[in-house]
Amino acid sequence: MVSHALVSHVLELIADERPSQDDAPQALGRLQRLCRAGATAMSASGAGLSVMSDTGLRFVLGSSPAYAEIEELQFTLGEGPCLTAYTDGVPVLLSDLSGESERWPGYVSATRDHGILAAFAFPLRVGGARLGALDVYRDRVGPLNDDALTLGLVFAEVAMSTLLDMDHRRGLLEPSSFDDLVAGAGAELYQAQGMVMVQLGVSLSEAMSRLRAYAFAHEIRLSEVAADVVARRITFQAEDPGAGPAREEEE
Amino acid sequence: MTTIPTERIAEVFVEVADTLIDEFDIIEFLQMVASRVTELSASTAAGLLLADHRGHLNLMAVTTPELEQVELFQVQAAEGPCQDCFTTGEPVVNADLGRAAARWPRFAPMAVGYGFQSVHAFPLRLRREVIGALNLFSQEPGQLLPGDVKVVQALADVATIGLLQERAVRRGTQLAEQLQSALSSRIVVEQAKGVLSQVHGVSTEVAFELMRTWARTHRRRLSDVAQAVVTDPGSLADLTRRDL
Repeated sequence: MVSHALVSHVLELIADERPSQDDAPQALGRLQRLCRAGATAMSASGAGLSVMSDTGLRFVLGSSPAYAEIEELQFTLGEGPCLTAYTDGVPVLLSDLSGESERWPGYVSATRDHGILAAFAFPLRVGGARLGALDVYRDRVGPLNDDALTLGLVFAEVAMSTLLDMDHRRGLLEPSSFDDLVAGAGAELYQAQGMVMVQLGVSLSEAMSRLRAYAFAHEIRLSEVAADVVARRITFQAEDPGAGPAREEEE
Repeated sequence: MTTIPTERIAEVFVEVADTLIDEFDIIEFLQMVASRVTELSASTAAGLLLADHRGHLNLMAVTTPELEQVELFQVQAAEGPCQDCFTTGEPVVNADLGRAAARWPRFAPMAVGYGFQSVHAFPLRLRREVIGALNLFSQEPGQLLPGDVKVVQALADVATIGLLQERAVRRGTQLAEQLQSALSSRIVVEQAKGVLSQVHGVSTEVAFELMRTWARTHRRRLSDVAQAVVTDPGSLADLTRRDL
């Protein structure tokens, strides 16, 4: 499947997912539906999402309350594939958890009690900016096939984009097209991200959020904003404290 | 008979093998392969592209900054020798850009505008899968002989080996994990270029050279330095301080 079609397909799956009474409002609810759609698409029994920062866990959620609990296990125990995916920044694909007892004794035993035999963790990251991991659980042993693996990576990208927009794009929190995703935009976007990080004195994730918010507010493509930043046609300026909602100034 | 001196070929392969023994930096490694292929094939410039999970090609290494624009155009327009090579798995050899307007209506005139006359593309192959492509550009007409083609393809194969070797391969590690790691390394380098470009008020090209030089001088891996620049700039004060 070509890249645009694949992303559209995943966005449709999430949009088609029925809301549940357990869903949180707004973006968090969308992330819960993303977990459910992802689990279904990847023939998994459930999925969870952990959002972290360098100082620790921000929040977990899951395809159901039970899976949110399973997701939280790794933080109680301080070990598990999701933490490794976050730290190392690469997918951790465990088709048979019983083989991981030495590495993560507590985690393997606790997940087995919930009937989970395989776990696949996909980092939520854009280069050096890391926000957490999307975890997909199965009640049977066996690897993800290539299609499921690709889906996992795309679901993680969509989750990342949604998280980046949570603080700055209130009301329109879900990526609606390929252009809304972070990846595939070329080197300039990442260079602009680094520049804005310095201009605003914020984290790398926050810099990407601001770039996306700017593109949204001005109704221009993210790649155009990036090109303007790299060419120094736009400079982001730290807003005055107490000056209200974040608004970037053009030079 | 090949036009490339055998001794030089041997030296390059020794250099490559030497790199692969130690813990090496994937970005520097691909950069090195691209440079050596440019030299051996008497080309003007080379670019190395790697596909992500969505089948989208990403630029991993380029020997001259000008080529970056040409490669990005190729990726965005999804048209050109790399795209063909990636789709078919077959090399594109000695393509005359002046006569390629029918084959690549947008890409060919653009490349000619940058002064290139000929182009080649070689697949990065892993068994039956094509994971990327190596792209060579020349300001001269294409002159690769069959022997040269074999040498260049061999170096493209070596680039693939490097991509798969970068991380210690855990049992059962899937290809996608390896490639994700390499793709992310490139993104971090771009982010760090942006940081240094802003801090020092220089172009991203100059920022890249600053970072590479610093990494070499301090015997650190480029990817590790880039990671530190974007997450903990203070830890590299002599690189990230404004009055450098």
